[in-house]
Amino acid sequence: MKKLLLLGDEAIAKGALDAGLSGIYAYPGTPSTEITEYVQNSKQAKEDNVRSEWSVNEKTAMETALGMSYAGKRAMVCMKHVGMNVAADGFINSAVTGANGGLIVTAADDHSMHSSQNEQDSRFYGKFAFIPTFEPSDHQEAYDMTRYGFDMSEKYKIPVLMRITTRLAHSRAAVELSGPKAQNEKKLPGNMHQFILLPSIARTQYVDLLDKQAGLEEESETSGFNKYFEGEDKSKGIIVCGLAYNYLMENYPDRKVPYPLLKISQYPLPRKMIEKITEECDEILVMEEGMPMVEEMLKGFLGKGPNIRGRLDGTLPRVGELNPNSVAVALGMEDTIGQDVPDFVAGRPPQLCVGCPHIDSYNALNAALAGLAPGRVFADIGCYTLGSFEPYDAINSCVDMGASITMAIGAADAGMFPAVAVIGDSTFTHSGITGLLDAVNTQSPITVLILDNGITAMTGCQLSGATGKIEDICLGLGVEEAHVRLLNPLGKHHEKNMEIMKEELAYKGVSVVIPRRACVVDTRKLVSYKDSVKR
Amino acid sequence: MKKDIIIAGVGGQGILSIAGTIGYAAVEANLFLKQAEVHGMSQRGGDVQSHFRLSDKPIASDLIPKGKADVIISVEPMEALRYLPMLSPTGWLITNTNPFINIPNYPDIEIVLEAVRNFPNHKALDADSIAKELKSARSANIVVLGAAAPFLDIEQELLENALRTLFGRKGDKVVEANIAALRAGRKFSEEN
Repeated sequence: MKKLLLLGDEAIAKGALDAGLSGIYAYPGTPSTEITEYVQNSKQAKEDNVRSEWSVNEKTAMETALGMSYAGKRAMVCMKHVGMNVAADGFINSAVTGANGGLIVTAADDHSMHSSQNEQDSRFYGKFAFIPTFEPSDHQEAYDMTRYGFDMSEKYKIPVLMRITTRLAHSRAAVELSGPKAQNEKKLPGNMHQFILLPSIARTQYVDLLDKQAGLEEESETSGFNKYFEGEDKSKGIIVCGLAYNYLMENYPDRKVPYPLLKISQYPLPRKMIEKITEECDEILVMEEGMPMVEEMLKGFLGKGPNIRGRLDGTLPRVGELNPNSVAVALGMEDTIGQDVPDFVAGRPPQLCVGCPHIDSYNALNAALAGLAPGRVFADIGCYTLGSFEPYDAINSCVDMGASITMAIGAADAGMFPAVAVIGDSTFTHSGITGLLDAVNTQSPITVLILDNGITAMTGCQLSGATGKIEDICLGLGVEEAHVRLLNPLGKHHEKNMEIMKEELAYKGVSVVIPRRACVVDTRKLVSYKDSVKR
Repeated sequence: MKKDIIIAGVGGQGILSIAGTIGYAAVEANLFLKQAEVHGMSQRGGDVQSHFRLSDKPIASDLIPKGKADVIISVEPMEALRYLPMLSPTGWLITNTNPFINIPNYPDIEIVLEAVRNFPNHKALDADSIAKELKSARSANIVVLGAAAPFLDIEQELLENALRTLFGRKGDKVVEANIAALRAGRKFSEEN
């Protein structure tokens, strides 16, 4: 069998391609981006005409994939965990419509927040939506489960959630391949009312969804991805979910765990296996990469069930990702550590690149706001969030994609003038357009800076849906032409840029300022101030 | 055989090229490997590291346990020290001596280098100057890898083949420059 060295993300992409994928839909987001990029760069995908262009946001991605599933073909949606919040409407309702062609939603969670604003656990979405969920512990499982997941999605006519975390997504290991399968032919759903969620139909569909759960639970018992290992010492039983299995095994180099062990990689939870381990062991240690979901389920609100240990009672840390050391401590083993970090070693936070256009935009903005009371700049998600650090200290918020514009409106409504939004080009088309329409409709006196560097920079320079369209979008939404101002963010234009910003800050209506210069990291240079002016 | 390696530096210094080279060589040597990388925000001038695990047996964790790393390979001296908690008491610290100063509170470089020199098993080399002498300033990362090579239990030939695979697309000149950088780094470690 052929072996490839793949990132966890790539193992999922390759598994999907080998399972006969027809389309992948995604918006870039760490740590999920490389799934879609693998398909985009794949010769196999090109030959098989697999659709892989970026979507404008996770919601459009989710719905487009659902449309492909409706038409009978296999589709995948990929996003980082917070993208699940954007896609949630489509995701939750896709459980009620059910799938036709196989549909897998891949959510990459970022516990310890390496590159994210929270550490939510996407397994909760699976449980909430009654959607079966896979949680691979290694690269081989990621590949195998993706193939199996498409089959299961078609067998039960339900979307499937693939939940991974940073350390699998961005770790490389060898994967054994099992050969490609042809794509599905186009085929309409057997039930032509299935996708019409009118209340009368949705009520029936919802009951069907609940009825599917028994079969899904049986799959969890028999698929082989959940495994029960007998153990002689029944003073303790261990339940490990996903990656936690690896950290456990790291502490048993001969791979012999003395306690009964249940490895969970597929949900809904396998009831019989859970019953067996809780009945035969005095206490249960639950180790989960993420939030204590299984632990809470077993413990119950009153804690009157079996004796459960884990993240809730402090046996494991309450927050952050697990590691071999935290698991060793939970097992009562000796912790290991080398020398301390010397005191003089300074933190080195990420920062804007030398020559980055955002630097000049922030310098101009800071100068334009000088003399006004502080605390009026609502920023967004992207490289420009690094404007929070010294020497810029230029922003006051970063919450979710698009929240810059809408928070500025709310602050303006509360009496703040001027209120400023700072948003990147890609984030603007992801979730900023609707907010700007709100601002126009309510004649909110805000100034929106759309920092246009021509790409989605933070995640590695993916194409942006906004390129070449920003002015037209703003004018189309109803922003007055006199208050859509283009500028060239370079140090030599500092005075002029500051003046333009000052003028627009003083305007008591919606104004948009677009500093446009290509990202210094991106070699393609997809936007330029000069070209825009010529047009 | 087991080698747990921390590769450290600042985003943009070529950490992933070092990891990629060891990766290709390990595959050719038929070893098991797991390599955890950092992508995303930290790549923008922040501290970055890769956990690289090699073994002749299957590897469980993607992360190296603290105090168990056999080698730290760092393209920047202060970054080498950041991962001391990961390093085994018998491990080796291999680092470039050239500071990458992109923060206002970077400590006195002499204090940094003294801490490196105080570590029992260390190789500290001016990889930037060695790379410049070879007229290949961008290969400083591979010079550092070369200095670490004697501690990796991987044959020199396999590492050189890996460079051919990794840089092949960029042409023979780049491949040869990197092989020269690897050899120069190894020579430093063997002579110092």
